[in-house]
Parts: sequence; structure tokens; C-alpha cells
Amino acid sequence: MFKEVSEMSDNKGTENKGTVEKDIEEKRVGVFVCECGVNIGGVVNTKAVADYIGTLHGVKVTSVNKFTCSDSGQADIQQKIKEHNLNRVVVAACSPKTHEPTFRACIEQMGLNQYFLEFVNIRDHCSWIHMWEKEKATEKAKDLVRMGVERSKLLEPLQASEVPVTDKALVIGAGVAGMQSALDLADMGFQVYLVEKEPSIGGRMARFDKVFPTNDCSICILGPKMVEVARNKNIKIMSYSEVKAVDGYVGNFNVKIEHKPRYLDVTKCTGCAKCSEVCPVEVPYDFNEGLGTRKAIFVPFPQAVPLRALIDKENCINCKACAKACASGAINYDMQTSYTDLNVGVIIGAVGFKTYDPEPRHDYGYGLYDNIITAMEFERLLNAAGPTGGHVVRPSDCKEPIRVGFVNCVGSRDKNTNIYCSGVCCMYTIKNAQLLKEKRPETDHTVMYIDIRTPFRAYEESYNRSRNLGVKFLRGRPVEVKEDPVTKNIKVRVEDTLAGEMRNLEFDLLVLATGIVPNEGIGQIQQLLKLSKAADGLLMEAHPKLKPVDTTIDGVYLAGCASGPKDIPYAVSQGSACAGRATILLKNKKAITEGITAVVEPDVCVGCQVCVPMCPFQAIKFDEKENKANVVKALCKGCGTCVAACPTGALEQSHFKNNQLLAQIKNVFKFQEVAA
Amino acid sequence: MNSGTAAVKPAQAGNGWEPNILAFCCNWCSYAGADLAGVSRFQYPPTVKILRVMCSSRVEPAFILKALKEGADGVLIAGCHIGDCHYIDGNKNAEIRINNTKKALVKLGLDKRLRLEWISASEGLRFSEIIKDFTEEIKKLGENPVKHKIEPQIPSRASEGRRHVCPDGIRGFPLPKGNRDADERRFNASANKSAVNVQGSE
Ligand SMILES: Cc1cc2nc3c(=O)[nH]c(=O)nc-3n(C[C@H](O)[C@H](O)[C@H](O)COP(=O)(O)OP(=O)(O)OC[C@H]3O[C@@H](n4cnc5c(N)ncnc54)[C@H](O)[C@@H]3O)c2cc1C
Ligand code: SF4
Ligand code: SF4
Ligand code: FES
Repeated sequence: MFKEVSEMSDNKGTENKGTVEKDIEEKRVGVFVCECGVNIGGVVNTKAVADYIGTLHGVKVTSVNKFTCSDSGQADIQQKIKEHNLNRVVVAACSPKTHEPTFRACIEQMGLNQYFLEFVNIRDHCSWIHMWEKEKATEKAKDLVRMGVERSKLLEPLQASEVPVTDKALVIGAGVAGMQSALDLADMGFQVYLVEKEPSIGGRMARFDKVFPTNDCSICILGPKMVEVARNKNIKIMSYSEVKAVDGYVGNFNVKIEHKPRYLDVTKCTGCAKCSEVCPVEVPYDFNEGLGTRKAIFVPFPQAVPLRALIDKENCINCKACAKACASGAINYDMQTSYTDLNVGVIIGAVGFKTYDPEPRHDYGYGLYDNIITAMEFERLLNAAGPTGGHVVRPSDCKEPIRVGFVNCVGSRDKNTNIYCSGVCCMYTIKNAQLLKEKRPETDHTVMYIDIRTPFRAYEESYNRSRNLGVKFLRGRPVEVKEDPVTKNIKVRVEDTLAGEMRNLEFDLLVLATGIVPNEGIGQIQQLLKLSKAADGLLMEAHPKLKPVDTTIDGVYLAGCASGPKDIPYAVSQGSACAGRATILLKNKKAITEGITAVVEPDVCVGCQVCVPMCPFQAIKFDEKENKANVVKALCKGCGTCVAACPTGALEQSHFKNNQLLAQIKNVFKFQEVAA
Repeated sequence: MNSGTAAVKPAQAGNGWEPNILAFCCNWCSYAGADLAGVSRFQYPPTVKILRVMCSSRVEPAFILKALKEGADGVLIAGCHIGDCHYIDGNKNAEIRINNTKKALVKLGLDKRLRLEWISASEGLRFSEIIKDFTEEIKKLGENPVKHKIEPQIPSRASEGRRHVCPDGIRGFPLPKGNRDADERRFNASANKSAVNVQGSE
């Protein structure tokens, strides 16, 4: 067995003339088995693993550490490298996805090439999932480490390459999180492109009346920020635009932006809205959650930035009344979609969320009975700039309700819809009940909840305030919701789980606290930027604790609700955090990229060109003169698609070479021989 | 490997024989999914060993044969869901290759021992369920009958001095017509691709 493996490495030695000397050098492997406290040590007999591995050919030293990643653990590795003159290091611990960089840096400090590290996962892939089978887990750990040891002997040195970073940033989504990122980056002196799909920036927050926990007027605090974004010389707002394509890599993203036509010249439009006055078409007003109407030509909302009108072509009847009314002659009915190509160094995704839609499932009768609305609709009714001028009325008769019921966790914490907690619904329900109670003290409010969650500063105080104002909190989920056919009142049967009795309640209006769910933007940027989604369907960060705004893609960061439910302060902090993380690259003007690419051995390539169309990144160029394939390193992302396709074996993927993978495969099943 | 053959425990139901499964997991989705299964402590049988590749498309038919020869009772290739591959559509290539390999394995009666699954980084539970399911299936099939008997054609290396070319085959496997067509489509599509379009050929 060992003979075969060493033969393979010798083969490779003669193959790569440049590294002959290094290759015939004896492989001196050090193996460091981590106990990870009791995470590994509590299941896997780490000592037995180390003892067994110590008998393998080429292994010069083994060591067991309580925490290999700690200072002392790393010092142990460095010391053993020196003592035993090691030239390969195998760490058997947790996941390379989180800890590989740590140990690469550790061995590099000792003058070893960082790619001489082999990382074996015996925690996530062994001890944690075989908790009750300690012996088998130990045997499996031995196999896994042996695979790693054999692979490590064949590892070759690689150089991570440095790439220049364009000192410009793209922020996708101009909600409160994206705006914060843009402002921070711009204030640090970097050019920022802020792309927003809607005709105005501001996001969800621009629609609220007041914001918890302190109930400040939402647009009064957001408005100035929006204006600040517009005034900042370093920010270029691209509203009513979307990202259509992204190409390139950290430091060098080429992005194509599509600008949807507004059918008017934004440089001429003054936002006076004279055009809307004459437009004969009225359609439901999307900004007001479909409550009330707007015209086919409209300014999105009074505080919109940019404060410019646009024509909704779908509903426009081409009467041309607006063209006549516009004093500045801005209207242009023939406007076309236009595109801009950008080159940026970093990308921040802040595309936000949408609220859960209770209509298709008719949750609690929504969509069947008039007087059931969502919290977002309630927010617009409460808002002085909303469809009713701030009067909360019920849809069936436009009367102001007295008895208002609130149902929490709609589309959240429910295995039929979403199992996760949307985080903000308890608080906004508390806020909404409070606001209406303050406006009209004669109203009567009942909040039906599963648990009330008020974890952050001033949240519990806000909850107490609601109770002191007389808002009633009833622990239980409605089991039956019916409409009284005559009065259109809503009758709710709910189990009061604290009192242990069924209650029959009647409300004039029922408000559903719908949760936070992924919007279309999430799917779009997930595909464009190659991000992962988490179980809740929102985007996934690189590490839930230690890299909450990074992604697995270098140079791409996430802020706000796009990466999980959040309140405004949290979304804003993430916006700033992204700007901070991005500045590291923008300021250094360079990024380190992985050295893993495909490489053609020209002596073996026969010029069949099978590989050329295989590459998703067009990184393989064919040299007609030489009749050889060539891999353009800067374009190659190192997937290995072409390598697997090359019929001659001329293509190899560095760090995942055939002999390296085969050595692992060969060593998977050895324990049977040993055990029998 | 000579000593190994004799020492392998015979496959008999009830003697506690446990299958050996090798799983190739792509770095971006499935490996992370396996990590999440660990973090969430979703228990599954210790029958599987995971080998990390950057993309499911790196897995060559020869690797699968090699694994079966060396003693794998089952081979799992796991990648990102279609549309989610970190390298745009590496997994589509993997699908073509693995399906072709599966066809080739029919002759050897080994096709049921090869599985291709899409497992995302958030599907820790799914990862453990698939391992459990595959383990059960392999248990029903029993031990891999051709262990140590097949000789996969590993592509010649420069050092071996052979320049073995099989334009019609990927590493010793017949390249079915479908694959060539797909390649052609890809080629045509990629020729039309604009420099900034990363949506790929749809
Ligand atoms: C009913 C309700 C009440 C709430 N009340 C409060 C409160 O009182 N206090 C509080 O702290 N929090 C509250 N929240 C939570 C608050 O809404 C969020 O924390 C906040 O809006 C998150 O900001 P964001 O920037 O992440 O997302 P968003 O505000 O959703 O902004 C995202 C932006 O990205 C844009 N976008 C989406 N897709 C694309 C794309 N493909 N390309 C370009 N742009 C795109 C969107 O148009 C939007 O402008 C409430 C939430 C709800 C549902
Ligand atoms: S597939 Fe292999 S042999 Fe054919 S051109 Fe590409 S590198 Fe050369
Ligand atoms: S490894 Fe992937 S990205 Fe690199 S040349 Fe091959 S197919 Fe293209
Ligand atoms: S990266 Fe997961 S399948 Fe390609």
C-alpha cells in the first residue's frame, strides 16, 4: 500500500522538473489530533487515533491537544515542525471551512508552504454525528486521518496570488441597511454605486409610521438620511435599476446594471406631480400595500429620493395628457431600457425581505373576510401620509374600529409555513397597539401571542408601556376565525393557555403580524453572486458567529434582513459592518486569492479541445499555433470541471490533483484489513 | 493492496457487516451541508467517509471505479442544487458524467451503488437522511461483489511515457452521444456569451 503511494509521488517528481529536489526529499508528516474540548475527545478516542496514525509510514510525530487552534496548540505545531523537521502537517479537528486559514498561517510562519497543510474533519463529520457509537467513531476517525496523511504526502507547494482591487463598491438594495453601507463607504472616500430596484431609495422603513421601541417618526429620521445619500458626491444612486449580470472575482467584479425606463427625463423632471393631477388612470397604490390609489404617472411618495415621477407603462393608456401638463417637457414615451457596465472591487448585498403573504392559504381568514388586514397595511393606515391620513379604518365600512385584535406569528413559528421566528413581529405589534391606543384611547386592544419576545434595549420597557396603556395580552393562537355576516365583525375562538379556558372574542378589526420571508431579490443575487441560502430561505453568512456579514465569496458581504430577520438598529449596524469589512480590501487595494487552479501539462495535451467548452468561465484558451490548451489563471476559479473532462490527463487541478485524490480514495477502506 | 483482498470480512447478513460508503462532497454546498449536520448533531451511521472536492464536476468516472475497486460498497456524489453551483453549472456536467458512469456500471451490476444527490449548505438534515437511506439500500444489496477485481483506466501520466488518447471517451468510458451533443450546445452557447453574462447558457 505505502509502496504504491510513494511510487505515485515519485512519478510526479519526475513529471515536474522544477520541483524534483523537493519531491525526492523525504516526506516528514506531523499529525495533530484535536480533542476540541469534549466535542471530539468525548466521543473519539483521540489517543488511539494518534497511536495508530503514528505507525503509518512517513509520520514522524503525532500529538493530541485539547484545543489545537488555541495559542498553545499552535505553538505545539510550530515547535514540532522545528524539532522533527516536518514538511507536511495534518490537523485532524473541525471544519476546514472555518479553521483552515488559521492553520495555514500557523505553518506558514514556520517557513512551510501553506498548502502543505491537510485538514481532516473529525468533529462535524465524525464525533458530532456518531455521538453514541464511540468505538465506530474512533475507527472512522482513524480512516479519515489516514486518508489525510496519505494525501498530505503528495501535496505540492502553491502560491496564493495577489490581485489588485478596484477601489469602488456596489451596494445592491437601498433600504436602511444598504444606505448605511453606502454612506460609510462614501465618507471614507470610496466611490459607491447604490442600486435600488424601486423608483425610490428608503426600503421598508420609509413606509412605517413610527418605529419601535422609542416610537420616533420613521420618515423623520429616515428622510434626512435619504437626502444625505443623494447629496453625497461619492454615491451614485441607480434607482429603478437591477443587477443583471456579475462576472469576475474579488477586487474585479464586472457588473451589468439594467435601468428600467421611467418614460421621462429625470434631469428635467422636478417632481412637481402636476402630471399626476391630469392623469385619468387610477390603480391600487403599491406603496400603500394596495390601499387607496395612485395614477399611472406618479411620484413614488412625497419624500422619495430621487423625487422624480415615473410612468407605469402597464397601466398607461397613452392619452398623452401628462406630456401636455408637464411644464419642463420631461415626458418621453419612447424611452428604452438602458444598461451600465460597472467595474467594482466589492459588492454588498442588502436586498431586504418581504412580508409573509397570508392570502394564498387564507391564514385566519385573510382574503376571505374584509376586516382582516396585515400589519403592513395597518402601518400604512396609521401613517399620516397614508391612504386615510392616519385614520385607522376597517375596510368593510371605513369606520374607525373600537375593538382591535392582533394575531402574532402569522407565517412564523409554524411548521406549515416557516418554522423560524421573524424577530420583529412581537415588537411591531406592541408598537402598533400602543400607537392606536394613544391616538384613540377609547379603543380596546387584544394581542394573541405564543410568546412575547423582547430581547433588546428598551424593548421590555415598550412592552410594559403597552400593558400600562391597557393593551391586553392573551397567550394563545386563535383556533377559529369567523365573520359575522351582518356586522362584518370578526369572531375569534382562542384558547387562553394561561387561564386554561376557551374564549370567544369579537373584534371590529383583526391585524395579522406577518413574518419576514425572502423576496425575489434574494433569489436573484443568490444566483448572480453564487451565495448560499440558509434553511429559512434568506442568504447565508460565512460564519453565523464570527463572520456574520461576510459570505463564502471573497469581496461579497451581506447586510440587513437579506441575511435573516432583523430590526432596524441591527440592520444599520450590519450596514456599517459591511462597509468596515469592505474597506479592508478597498484600502489595501489588493486581495489574496486561492492558488487552486487548473494547469495544463503541454507535453501531454494533444489539442483535442474537449476542455475548452467545459469551462463555465471561458478560462481555457486554445493556442492554435501550438495546438495546445492554455488555462488563463486569472479567470480560472479552480472548479476542476475541465480536469475531469480531459481525456489525456493533461489537465490537473492544483491541490486536488489526481494522485492526491486517488491516494485518499485508496485509503478509505483500509481498516477492514487491519481489523480482520 | 494484495494483502487486503483476503482480509476483507465476508458479507453476511447479521454478522454486523456495515457498508462502506465514500462520499465526494463539493466544497460549497454539500460539504457545508455535512458540516451543518454535524453542528446540528443529526446522527447518521458511521458508514460514510467524506472526501472534499471543490465542485461535484471534479469527480471523474475513474475515481468512482477506483473507489468501488478499493472496497467501497457505495459511492455518493453530492453537489449544489442545479442553479446553485458555485461555478455556475459544474453540477450539470457532473450530472451528465455520473449518469453515464451509472449506465456503464449497469453491466457490472453496480449501478445501484452509485448515487448523485444535490444537498445545499442548509440541508444538514437532508444530508443525514440521505446517508441513512443510502446505507439501508446498500445493506440490502450486500457487500460490493467486485471489490479489488476491477481495474479502472486511470489516464496515463506524462511520466509513464504513454500518450493514450481516446477522443471518444472520457477516461476509458464510452462518451455517449448525449454528452457530445451537450458539449456542442455548451460550446455554441459559450461562443455567444457576452463577457459579463454569468447566467450561463440556459
Ligand atoms: C410590519 C413591520 C413593521 C416593522 N417595524 C419596525 C420598527 O418599528 N422598528 C424596527 O427597528 N424595525 C421594524 N421592522 C423591521 C424593519 O423593517 C427591518 O429591520 C428593516 O427594514 C431592514 O432593512 P433592510 O435594509 O435590510 O431591508 P429593506 O428595508 O427591505 O430594504 C431592502 C431594499 O432592497 C431593495 N431590493 C430588493 N431586491 C432588490 C434587487 N434585486 N435589486 C436592487 N434592490 C433590491 C428593496 O426595494 C428595498 O428598497 C418592521 C418590519 C415589519 C414587517
Ligand atoms: S482536453 Fe486535455 S488534451 Fe484536450 S485540449 Fe484540453 S488539456 Fe489538451
Ligand atoms: S478548473 Fe474550472 S474554471 Fe478553471 S479552467 Fe477548468 S473549468 Fe475553467
Ligand atoms: S460547487 Fe457545488 S456542485 Fe459545483
